[in-house]
Amino acid sequence: MVEFLQFTLSGIAFGMIYAAVALSLVLIWRGTRLLNFAQGGMAMFTTYVGIEVIYRTGSYWTGFVTALAAGLVLGVVCQLTVIRPTVNKPPLNAVIVTIGLLILIEGLAGIFFGGQYRSFPTAFSQVGLRIGGTPLGVSRYDVFVAAAVLVVTLALAAAFRYTSAGLRMRAAAFNATIARLSGIRVARVLTVGWALAGLLGALAGVLVSPSTFLYPNSMDTIFVYGFTAAVIGGLDSPLGAVVGGLLLGLALSYSGGYLHNGSNLVPVVALVILVVVLMVRPDGLFSTTQVRRV
Amino acid sequence: MTMQTLPRRLGLAVVTAVIVWFLSVRLDTFRDFQIAQVAVYVTAVAGLTVLTGLSGQISLGNGAFMAIGAYTTALLLLHLNWPFIAALVASAAATAVAGGIVGVAAARLRGPYLAGVTLLLGVALPSLAFAYQGVFGADQGLNVTFTTPAFLGATFPLTRWQAWVSTVVALVTLILLANLCYSRIGRNWRAVRDDEVAAALDGVNVAVTRILAFVVSAVCAGLAGSLLAIVTSLVAPGAYTLTLSIALLTAAVIGGLGSLPGALWGSLLIVLLPTYVTDVATSHGLSSSVGSNIPIAAYGAVLILVVLVFPQGIQGGLRQLLTLFTGPDPKTRISRDASAPHVTPQADEAPASQHEKEGSS
Repeated sequence: MVEFLQFTLSGIAFGMIYAAVALSLVLIWRGTRLLNFAQGGMAMFTTYVGIEVIYRTGSYWTGFVTALAAGLVLGVVCQLTVIRPTVNKPPLNAVIVTIGLLILIEGLAGIFFGGQYRSFPTAFSQVGLRIGGTPLGVSRYDVFVAAAVLVVTLALAAAFRYTSAGLRMRAAAFNATIARLSGIRVARVLTVGWALAGLLGALAGVLVSPSTFLYPNSMDTIFVYGFTAAVIGGLDSPLGAVVGGLLLGLALSYSGGYLHNGSNLVPVVALVILVVVLMVRPDGLFSTTQVRRV
Repeated sequence: MTMQTLPRRLGLAVVTAVIVWFLSVRLDTFRDFQIAQVAVYVTAVAGLTVLTGLSGQISLGNGAFMAIGAYTTALLLLHLNWPFIAALVASAAATAVAGGIVGVAAARLRGPYLAGVTLLLGVALPSLAFAYQGVFGADQGLNVTFTTPAFLGATFPLTRWQAWVSTVVALVTLILLANLCYSRIGRNWRAVRDDEVAAALDGVNVAVTRILAFVVSAVCAGLAGSLLAIVTSLVAPGAYTLTLSIALLTAAVIGGLGSLPGALWGSLLIVLLPTYVTDVATSHGLSSSVGSNIPIAAYGAVLILVVLVFPQGIQGGLRQLLTLFTGPDPKTRISRDASAPHVTPQADEAPASQHEKEGSS
């Protein structure tokens, strides 16, 4: 029972990180119908920016905020320089551009920051919390991770719902042509989407790095599971991204803990879950049923 | 038409074989190894370019099929001492089955959802090598012994023989694929890609057509994996990561999606470019952490540039250059007019006929 609780809580902590990555993918997908393979790489890079700031200033929070700001800037820069020229080209071209971007960013990270593994500091203790001597398998830091993702997600959801900028973004994602006709600068809205996605990715990178170490490929696995979570939830649904992330985090935590040879089978379990979900709902759990156009 | 094109393709294959023979004899062992590598990549990329370019299904997991081919070959050579050619055929059969299974799952999925499943397949399958270490040898992998045949003499370099074998398999695969793309099956793939409903109304079994494309592409990847096993003499999970799957798709798109010559250009680029940039970096005496990462960064930058400059891939760019110098090829014009007499010149520029051109080269 204690074991079960431990697996559940650590599953939620990791699930929230997958959810953050999934949300960043959903943001870009809704705006541009593009899968951003560079999302993990961008997050890795901004995490390096964060750790450099922490080394120099000695303050975790300065580094934390700088990393998030760097995520915003990097999202804008990437969108304006290499993504915008791919609009109206075959859709796979944009995907390959993001793959090129991923490789470029990983190479640049190696050049600027070196390839060695670095440990990332935390603001809170990573020692497991206990209730009356029973270990919970979850630390203050895990609680912070879950809370941080939750706060940012809710803030984004509120911004989308209650601000006029959010309304413009929803309109642009819903129908770009009509949005343009109503005077919305769709291109600018898409850039904002990339900025927010960059921020979410940066958040995921900073939050996960204490558990995984930081190196130029450190976000690859996180990206794969974030992508899986987004697909499970349905790429059009922000709620789906969060639910998908949590589901995947829990499932992977349980299978890693309970299955014989579990840690090696985690990717296989993820694949099985994804296939089962998509066999039942080919467009993800939270998709609105679409009629295929003839 | 097939009466004319088959000899033309065989001729092209023979010319390529002679060029490779000449190169392999003149160049050193490392270049022989690179020839073999290019042949391996071409085999896999050709299968993927057919799957994605002609049948319209994306796969980010063809590296997994390569792994299946490679491990099948390694296990058969290691435990049963099969001759390589038999192991090659068995690998193709094994990956055909795997491709069929994935194809059945894929037939219902579209775009990013298919990308997600195949991506995870590419990640999950190599992890089985760790889960079942007794069979697959985990990180260390399986050693493959492959030797030159006796009739070539004891001093014949192994890498040259590996390059020859890989090239022959690659060329045979390309000829078969080219014929397949021109057959009824190839036309069905294009029909399903362009409009599923219209294809179904014309009596095309959409699901079977899509699954078949996956089987074909998996078999190509399986052959490539089998070749890679004997070229590198080692089958270990580190060689079949997501990076490989993504490199395959990258090569297919950069070369020109749906184009078999494009598969060659793309493979040449992804094999030769990293080595070339590394050579340049080391010759300029850059420090190791910088020097080892510059090729990666440059590779990424070149990928972005090629895609932005040639939206139709290298083959598409070459074709544009050709029409710039010579005007539209009169031969294709006549044949197309003959097959579709009612098509007006303006309709020639329609996207569908462009796809047709891509597939035909």
